Parts: sequence; structure tokens; C-alpha cells
Amino acid sequence: MNQNLRRVVHNLPARFLLLLLLILSRPVLAVSPEDLKPLLSKSSWGQLEAVITSLAEEGSDSCQQILEHWLNGKLFVEKQHKRLVFAEKTPDKQYRIFDPFFTEGESKDTVSELGTVKKRALKKVRINNQLRSIIKTALATWDLKDSDPKTRINAIYASLKTLDSKTLSTLRNMRASEENQAVINALDMALALNLFQQGSISEQIEAVEVLTGSDNPFIRSVLADTLTTTENTALAQTITTALAEIDQRQQYYTVAENIFFGLSLGSVLLLSAIGLAITFGVMGVINMAHGEMMMLGAYTTFVIQSVFPELIDQSLFIAIPLAFLVAGAAGVLIERLVIRHLYGRPLETLLATFGISLILQQAVRTIFSPLNQEVATPGWMSGSWVINEALSLTWNRLYIVGFSLLVFMVLLLVMRYTRFGLNIRAVTQNRAMASSMGIPTGRVDALTFGLGSGIAGVAGVALSQLTNVGPNLGQNYIIDSFMVVVFGGVGNLWGTLVAAMGLGVVNKFLEPWVGAVVAKILVLVFIILFIQKRPRGLFALKGRAVEG
Amino acid sequence: MINGKTCARPSILLNTSLVADIIPDHIVIMECLDLVRYQLMCLQGVPKYGVTPLFPANACESGKFRAEALFPGRLSHCASTETDHGTPLAIPCSGNEQRTIDSGEAMNNRLSKLSRNFLTASVATAALSLSVMAQAADTIKVGVLHSLSGTMAISETTLKDTVLMMVEEQNKNGGVLGKKLEAVVVDPASDWPLFAEKARELLVKEDVDVIFGGWTSVSRKSVLPVVEELNGLMFYPVQYEGEESSKNVFYTGAAPNQQAIPAVDYLMSDEGGAVTRFVLAGTDYVYPRTTNKILESYLKSKGIKDADIMINYTPFGHSDWQTIVSDIKKFGNTGKKTAVISTINGDANVPFYKELGNQGVSAEEIPVIAFSVGEEELSGIDTGPLVGHLAAWNYFMSAESDTNDEFIETWQSFIKDEERVANDPMEATYIGFNMWVEAVEKAGTTDVDSVRSAMYGITVPNLTGGTAVMNTNHHLTKPVLIGEIQDDGQFEIVWETKGGVMGDAWTDFLPESSKIVADWSAPVKCGNYNLETGVCSGQNY
Repeated sequence: MNQNLRRVVHNLPARFLLLLLLILSRPVLAVSPEDLKPLLSKSSWGQLEAVITSLAEEGSDSCQQILEHWLNGKLFVEKQHKRLVFAEKTPDKQYRIFDPFFTEGESKDTVSELGTVKKRALKKVRINNQLRSIIKTALATWDLKDSDPKTRINAIYASLKTLDSKTLSTLRNMRASEENQAVINALDMALALNLFQQGSISEQIEAVEVLTGSDNPFIRSVLADTLTTTENTALAQTITTALAEIDQRQQYYTVAENIFFGLSLGSVLLLSAIGLAITFGVMGVINMAHGEMMMLGAYTTFVIQSVFPELIDQSLFIAIPLAFLVAGAAGVLIERLVIRHLYGRPLETLLATFGISLILQQAVRTIFSPLNQEVATPGWMSGSWVINEALSLTWNRLYIVGFSLLVFMVLLLVMRYTRFGLNIRAVTQNRAMASSMGIPTGRVDALTFGLGSGIAGVAGVALSQLTNVGPNLGQNYIIDSFMVVVFGGVGNLWGTLVAAMGLGVVNKFLEPWVGAVVAKILVLVFIILFIQKRPRGLFALKGRAVEG
Repeated sequence: MINGKTCARPSILLNTSLVADIIPDHIVIMECLDLVRYQLMCLQGVPKYGVTPLFPANACESGKFRAEALFPGRLSHCASTETDHGTPLAIPCSGNEQRTIDSGEAMNNRLSKLSRNFLTASVATAALSLSVMAQAADTIKVGVLHSLSGTMAISETTLKDTVLMMVEEQNKNGGVLGKKLEAVVVDPASDWPLFAEKARELLVKEDVDVIFGGWTSVSRKSVLPVVEELNGLMFYPVQYEGEESSKNVFYTGAAPNQQAIPAVDYLMSDEGGAVTRFVLAGTDYVYPRTTNKILESYLKSKGIKDADIMINYTPFGHSDWQTIVSDIKKFGNTGKKTAVISTINGDANVPFYKELGNQGVSAEEIPVIAFSVGEEELSGIDTGPLVGHLAAWNYFMSAESDTNDEFIETWQSFIKDEERVANDPMEATYIGFNMWVEAVEKAGTTDVDSVRSAMYGITVPNLTGGTAVMNTNHHLTKPVLIGEIQDDGQFEIVWETKGGVMGDAWTDFLPESSKIVADWSAPVKCGNYNLETGVCSGQNY
């Protein structure tokens, strides 16, 4: 078949004789060049579907590769030669093209490169969601033989919806020789599902016992559908019990998921508030430009990624210290130039820092553009950690929860065990006394403000992985940050931690119940009422420090 | 009641189901009202409106409306000659009475011609004696009312640049009426009340002849009273929720039936995956709420049950989508094919799509079709995990046509950025601007009333290789496209309507709106005419 295909797609006369010889020496194959012709011109979806079917029936590795590339959007038609090629984008916006056909027996990796072309020379083979799911089902046949157990399991679950006799016999054969326990479990589910759909009442009841152990949503929906149609009471009884058990498990997963969502939201709140806990909480500066410090951090990440496009995976590690320095330096500048003159005048500070935030936003708009910038997510942060069929946690959120706790711990250690931390505490508790002890209060003020701003910059790096990197980034978080710091108790880092996590979890438990908009309102109302009762927040500072 | 006479009912009325039968369902669903409109158009003379794909030339012969030509062989299916509402429709009279009006109008015409001649003469004398005055009017002022700062700057700055580009191009081609165009840019700063103030400033202080501007519905609603009071002219280039037709505004973006309805039809077709379960997710403000209300009623009319529709609203700039995406996943896990219809606005989209990608919601399982996500919004996202999710617009940058290639080239060289994308509101601005230029040339003046009447039926090329027509309800006839997100941040067009879809100002899918029509041509001359009561409420805001 492969040589046959070559004939269509490579109209190179020199090869022709050789090919002819090869064709003659090969057996008749299922896919004729005619079958692939629809790929070369603008064809209807139905025609393309027929091509997939014939490729899947043919079943060779070459066909699998064509289907895979087609699915991933890498199958193109080179306009000049009217031939099928695989294409890969190079960093300089060109495309390297490869021959999609290789002879049986050759390794997949030895595909021959055909050169480099411009985008205009290529036309992508069309695909839509219908075709994608057809290709995925077709590819599942190959995946069942894959060496990775995870791929095999996914392929088994993918085949559940279309259990025909051919797939079933493959699954049965697999079951006989399979050694991996997880794969065996998945196979048992698939076979039990078939038994449930096809078997007698007693077999069905037996199958339900096995299916009860599954968290697969499709299996649950099959059970639920049968429950509404079945007339056998014994079967209905069993299914009802099974569904109750499955739903019970689902409930636990939902609670676990909600707690994770809450902690994750809390960690974002913590990251954005923790810098403010220093500048506002410890120093007492109402810093409206705090959000813009986060924005600076996020843009630092963007700049790093544009300067080193090949280092996406490492970019965050470079960006974190740099963002700290950039935002920290900006913080020191702001403190020295503006805020220093306004200590003890909160209203003026508020207005001045608000003005600074507008200046910074417009500056970014002018330098970068008012559009959002694309910050890539490193591979290790994409996707999710699949615990089971019903529960999976996204990696980026998991890392950010960990990262926020790390930042919190580091800050706590700095404040408690370093000379700098001691100075900060001394100056904020009693400025006059600290000064008479020889602590340079002015410099400590500047550095403290820089520390708070720097941490905001670090938070910006994390936020760049979750949300828009644009001029408005800071505005979206400033209100939340103040909310957390005030709620947690001004001047208390632990309060900030508890407040952030608490608000996150409460929000996430309210959200499925009343919707995102009302949940947010309820949380705000709660905080207002709480502040009425305890004006100094959750963990108020006591003793003399309060007067400081 | 028109001119004091209520005339005979239209002889042919079709009911909705029949029309859906005749026209493949992705073409606009016309109600009998539209047929009445065509009859109206016919009686008033087709050339005034131009011939649309839905209204072939032979449907109107010497002033007589031939519905047979419009729907050949299908008229035996006609429902009844009664309206659904049981009250007679007020449409222009035919026969003798019609002629009386005609002669009356002719008289008016003659009078206005006389006065125009007189005017021209006096203007000529004035021009001779007062050349200084002529110099003052050397340029035609074009107002640009788009936010350049604040939340909406991200989207609106692009449109400001588009208008500036169009002005520059037009001036290269000799301007309009022999005069140069001059753009007057103001910044309403994403502040809705400020839109009204700035519009007033443009019309009173700067004395502009036309305004291009607005993005959010609330900004448009804020400008409406001002342009109506001062009789200004505004072009609004963004898709919106409909339910409005102002005498002083031309809506060049899509009405719901030019975006939302065809998108749902696509999803419910076999090609779109035969979806039977829908999540309507939107940002909590007027456009998503109205659109979702229309969609909900439309879905129910298509036999979708309440339990299969999930509606969800989120605040502006919502960034934590974990719960909602997880809910969508669970909602879609019941075995029935599920899709998400997203009216999520601007900035909230990036975290939404990121969460979708990370939680592994793939397009072939649960496709998301968006009405507010275009090339520009995608430019801030890594679209790799989003390939296959959809958007419905009237234009995609990837459209293959010569006008589009030319437009993109001009745009990128104007903005000095070879990577810069183009999007649907830009096309709407392009169409609106060209229509205005043509209407001014046709009217021979920039006077708002003359330009307005010249606008009706104006046809200009759109960027997807067809034409756009301005209708008397101040909405366009243009094609609807469905595009699929690609890994390079572009859309690939996977489906499009055959021919144009006529924008419907008042939706047919909400009971209180279905009896209201907009028609600014004689004899209705109203943006919100109630067919049941025969009253023009005049209420748009």
C-alpha cells in the first residue's frame, strides 16, 4: 500500500520505474491511492470520513501515523506537488516537511525529510470535531497494543461507547495475556459492561456487581438509563444499590475537589495579599499600586519568555528572582520618591499610589500594547494529575498552592530570624526608639517597601500562569488583596494565611450552591459584618505594638 | 395605522415551520413578517433596497409582489391569510389608495427638488461672496468614540486604529465629496456615562458628521439619548443582543439571529455533532443575559428540555474557573452530546480556556462555541489545548478573498506590525465606514437625514468575498461563519451560511419582541413598531 500511495503523492518520474517494480512485487492492499485522493482537494466531511475508515481498516503503522498527524493538525497538502506531507513549524515561521509514508519494517522515526517550505506552500488537511472523535476511536485500536499501560487504559475506556464484536474479541484476547493490574481492572469493566448490555438478567445482575466499582461516568449513565427502562425488580434493586454506592463515592470526590479548589483559590489570594501584608499590614501604607507590582512581575515573565523562546520550561525559575528584583526596585523607587513624603497622611498616600498605579498601567500599555500578552505554560505545569476516573487535580494549581506556601514560609523566616526582619519589626513597632538605637529607619522603610513589592512581583509570575497578562492584571486583584489583609488582621502574617485559605474554601463551597456572582457577594457581606464585630480582623495584634 | 388608513391584509402569509421547511434551517428563520416586509419592499420599489440572495429580482414585477418566485412551488403550504395575532396588519395600500400616496409623495419630491435648486443657487452665491466660509468646511469630520484607557481599551483601541486607517486610505483616494476627512479621536475611558458626554462633545463642540464608536451595550445605551437628541449619526460595530433600532444608529455588528441562532443550528446538525445538551455560560451583564434568554427560548422551541440546559453567570474578569469547568464536565458526562455556548466577555476568557485545557475538556467531547472570542482575544493564549473549540462570527481573518488579503496588508502596514491580527468588529467597522462614504457620495451631502435615507439598500463588499446590504431596520444582511480555533491562534472556517442572513432587530424568539418590527423607511418609520397595537413606542432605552 505504501508504495502505491507514493505513486499518487510523489509525481517524481525518476522514481516511477522503481515504484512500479515494487508495486508488482507487493500483495494487493486494502487502501488504494484513490481512497486518499479526497485529502488532496477540498472534499466534503463525508468523503473525509470514508478515508478514515479505510485507513483504519488497513491497519498498518503508516496509516496510524497519518491518522495521528491528521488528528494533531500536522497533515498538510503541499500545493506545488499535490502530495501529502507531515509538517512541523520551525522557530523562524517556516515549515519542515516530511514524507508521511515509510515502508513496512522501517522504524517510524526514519521518516525522510523533504525540505523546508513557507506556510503559503502548504494547505492543512481539513478536520472538525466529528472527524476528530472518529479518528480517536480508530486510533484506540492501535493504542490497545501500546506499551504504556496508561495509554492502554485510556484506549479501553475510549472503546466503551462502541463495543462491537471485533473490539470485544481484541479485549478478551488482551485480558488473557495482560499482566498490569490496572489494565486488567479496566478490561474487566469493559467486559462487564458488555455483559450488562447483552446478557441475561442473572448475568446483568452479576455484571452490576463489577460495575459498581467503576467511577467511569459513561458506565454510570448506562446503569441509570437501564434503571428507567428495566421491568425486572431484582435487577432494578441491584442497580439502585450500585448507583447509590457510586454516587456516595462521587460525593466524597466532590468534597475533596471543592477543598482543593478552595485551597487553590486561597493560594492565589495569599500570593496576591502577602506582599500587601508587608506594605499595608506592617508599614501601614495604603498601597493602591500593589496590583501593578504584580503586573510588573507578570510582564517580567513575558519578557523572559520572549528573550529566551527555547527555555520555556525553565523560564519561570529565571523569572521568579528577576521579577522580585524588578518589582522590588520599582517599590524602592516609589517609596523614596513619593511615599516617604507622605507618611502619616493615609489619604494622600492612597491618592498618590492610585495615581502611580494608573501611570504604570498606561506605561505598560504604551510600551507593550493594550493587548494581552501570551505567556506560555511550561510542559510540566500543563494538564492534570489524574487520581481516578472521577477525580483529577490540575498541575498548575497544585504547584501554585505549594509555591504560595513556600513564599509564605520564606517570608516568615526572614521576618523572624534575620537582622533585616528584626529591623523591620523594630522600626514598625517604635520608630523613635529604633532610630535612637542606630537603626537607619529611612533605609529600612525603603527596603521593607521593596520587599513587599518584590513579593508582589513574584506573585505576578505565578498569576501569569493562571490569568491574562495585560495592563489590567493588577486591578483584578487589588480589592481581593486588601480584603484578605484586613480580614486576617493588619500586621499579622499568619492572619493573612488563614484568611486567604479560609475565604478561598468558603467561596468554593458556596459557588456550586449559589453561583459565582452571589458567592462573591456573600463573602463580601460576611467580611463587612465580621469587621463590624472585630474591627482588627481575625488575629489582631495586641499590646503596645498596636499603638506603633 | 398608516396615513389614517388600515389597508387589506397581505394576501400571502407563511408560518414559521413552513419557512423552516423551505429554507435550510441554518438560513435565517423568517417569520411571516419578513414576507410582509418583502411585499412592502416590492411596493416601494426594489432598487431602493437592492436585491438580496433571499429576495431575487423576479420576485417583484412591475410593482407586484410574486411570492411564487420567492418560494417556487411551495405556496400550497401557506398557512393562512390571517395573522397569528388576529388583528389586521398595517401595511401600505395597494391599488388606488397607493397611488394617492404616490402622487402625494411625488408632490413632496417636486417641492423638495425646487427647494434644493433654490438652495444650491443660494449656496453658490454664498460661496462666491464668502470663500472664507467655504474654506472652514474644507474637511469632513469623523468622530471616533472608542475607549483608549480602562478595561475596554484592550478591544476598542484596535477599532480606533481601524477608523484612522480607513480615513487615511479614503483621503489617499481623494476623500469624500472632494473634501478630506479629518478624524476626531476622543477617549471615553471605559466609563459609560463619559460616553454620553464625549458623544455630546463630538456633536456639539467638534461638529462631526458621523461617529464611529462604542463596544459594550451599556456604552451604546448611554450614547443613544445624545445622538437622538442632537440628530447625530453613529455606527456601532460590535455584535450585540438586539432588541433595539435607533433612527440615529446603524448596527454593523451581528444581531442574535446573525450569530447565536445559526451557531446553535450548527451544533444541533449532524456535522456539528448533533448536540442535545447545552451549557449557556456568560458574564453577568446585559448582552449575555439577553442572548441567553433568546437562546433558551429558541432551544425549547427545538424540543430541548429544561434539564438539558444549564445556565451560568460569572462576574466581570472572573479568573477562578475551577468549579465551573468541573461542573461543565459533570454536566456533559451523562452520555448525551453536550456543548457550551459561551458569552463570556473579554478578559475572563483566558483563564476559562486555560482551565478547560488543564482539566482536559477536549473539543470533540464538549465543544465550546464563543460569541465574544475572536483573533484578538486569542492572541493572549497558547491555543494548543484549545484546537477544535469554536466561534461564530461574520468574519474570520483566515477568510479567503482578495479584499481580505488587501485589507490585512493595509492594516498590518498601517499599524507597523506584521503579526497583528484582524477581527470581526474590524470588518464591521470597515463595512460601516465604506457604507457611510458611499451614502454620502450618493446623497451629495453629509446632512444626517439625507445620508440616512441614502444608506438603505447600500451594498458594499464585505471581507469574506460577498457583499453586505444595509436594511431599513438599520441592520446588515451578511453571512454567518463558524470557525474552529487553530494552534496558531487563527480560526479555520468549518461552516458558513449560504448567502447572507438579514439582521433582525427584534428577535422572533421572545414573545414580547416577536410582535415588534423596525423599519425606518416610509410608511412605518419606526424602530419599534408594535404590529398588534399599531403603535410606535419610540422606546429604545
